[in-house]
Amino acid sequence: MTQAPPRLDEEAPVTPELERAAERAESRRGFLIGLPAYAYLVLFFAIPLVLVFVYSFASRSSTGRTVLEDWNLDSYARLVDPLVLEIFVRSFVLALITTVVCLLVSYPFAYYIATRGPGVRNVLLILVMIPFWSNFLVRTYAWRVILGSDGIASQISQAFGGEELRVLFTPTAILIGLVYGFLPFMVLPLYAAIERLDWRLVEAARDLYADGFTAFRKVTLPLSMPGIVAGSILVFIPSLGAYVTPAILGGANTVLMGDYIVDQFLAARNWPFGSALSFAVMFVMLLATIFYFRAGAKTL
Amino acid sequence: MNEGTGPRGIVQRLLAANAVLVFIFLYAPILLLVVFSFNDNNNVSIWTEPSLRWYGEMFQNQDVMGALRNSLIVALLSTVVATVIGTALAISLERYRYRGRGTLDGLAYLPIIIPDVTMAVMLLIFFFQGFDLLQAWFGIRMTSGLHTIILAHIAFCISFVAVVVRARIAQFDSALEDAAADLYATRWQTFRKVTLPLIAPGVAGGALLSLTLSLDDVVVTQFVSGAGSTTLPVYVFGLVRRGVTPLINAVSVVMLVASMILVGISLGFQRGATTRGQRLADPAELEEDILGHPA
Repeated sequence: MTQAPPRLDEEAPVTPELERAAERAESRRGFLIGLPAYAYLVLFFAIPLVLVFVYSFASRSSTGRTVLEDWNLDSYARLVDPLVLEIFVRSFVLALITTVVCLLVSYPFAYYIATRGPGVRNVLLILVMIPFWSNFLVRTYAWRVILGSDGIASQISQAFGGEELRVLFTPTAILIGLVYGFLPFMVLPLYAAIERLDWRLVEAARDLYADGFTAFRKVTLPLSMPGIVAGSILVFIPSLGAYVTPAILGGANTVLMGDYIVDQFLAARNWPFGSALSFAVMFVMLLATIFYFRAGAKTL
Repeated sequence: MNEGTGPRGIVQRLLAANAVLVFIFLYAPILLLVVFSFNDNNNVSIWTEPSLRWYGEMFQNQDVMGALRNSLIVALLSTVVATVIGTALAISLERYRYRGRGTLDGLAYLPIIIPDVTMAVMLLIFFFQGFDLLQAWFGIRMTSGLHTIILAHIAFCISFVAVVVRARIAQFDSALEDAAADLYATRWQTFRKVTLPLIAPGVAGGALLSLTLSLDDVVVTQFVSGAGSTTLPVYVFGLVRRGVTPLINAVSVVMLVASMILVGISLGFQRGATTRGQRLADPAELEEDILGHPA
């Protein structure tokens, strides 16, 4: 701290060369600060990603070992197998239903929170955040207990003269689990979009004799579109690749993409096919995301 | 918002009813889980009488305690590393321009978008192939264990830390840093006295998110853990697949309490940091902070 910094600004004239040198030094510094992350992500993300791609063309020995020769497209050919397609379609439809249900429930909910006073709003937001931060596995386990044959849901149903509920181990149970797990992913971006909204535009629409519904459809809804797009992607993607939820709440005959991929690695020991499946899922997600962003941009 | 009578009143009431239902949906399962963890019965859904029996069994269960210890080691170590690297990444991406920045930007977002099953598959193959090569080239024998879990957790936590910290950096004006430099602060002083205090809530938020993600993860951990290195969620996941027991309820409640504490700390941090941030936004206070007390 004893060293006095040189007073560059008083003596040295600023020449273009000096400025360029300073810029170069600045961008080098920026690169060096980002370098550890760069190196880490290349080693533990980019290279593994490339490896999965390479493995998807490899072949499998009779003992289940992956052989990195005899490159072929067999794993990709198996993707159009009716059994695999069925699992794929089932996962896709379930993820789509999850997204729609989350959107329908969350929009009025986020709208309600965003239109409260600042104090109430913050309390309600924290109440949404708490389950969001709570352990996902624990929250899924809670539904396994509730939906079980002698669980609370069944007890309530029987108390009202209904039958014993048989929801656990069905696609409905997975749907409930997915909606429960990913609902906050939809609420938070929707809230952010609605809270930012310029309400004067809605008032202007009302002044021009739009009724409440028309003002909502023509002004509020389009303006909150970024939130709808972001929320839908945030719910759809993890739903499509879900593993924990179907493993706990789903049955043996409701295999989804997530468990099917895991099975290829931990049980069936068919790594090349598992790799091809992973890539197919990533591809569908990428397509869905691009499609959604396009659609969202068009409405705006 | 006027809450009068007429159609607006009805809409408002429907919105309120929906909100109440959503909150019940969000909280009822958690509350039931907590209540039944204090139940003295072997069945998870039939109430007999309150007891701490399952908590006693949990603390005596060597497997649970070992898994808990592993989880804490993994979460703490991966969070420390991911927070340092992730914060540096955020500063680098948000404050500098250089060649390759766009690539790094994209690379930093991918681990967030990619589903955890895919991430798990990638890292499983990576470690398997990597260990194979180490053995073939250098004769070093390595196996999976806590170290592979930590390396894997860092890989997905860096991106989340960076996103949270970036949001915070974008909020404040780089003029504050320039002002510090004009007052003859060195780069390190500027970072220590201006940048770091301003982004502290973001760094804390990122670190807490990283802790939560690490303590939550089942899929990636299951794929990269070796024999005898299970974490608590992986252990519980294994138990749940075999059936429900009140012991799982007790462990679940401990995990829930841990998340609640993390949320509490995170909220506290945000509040404390805002006042500090406001103080720094005042130029006179800024000068005082950098140069010490005025002469």
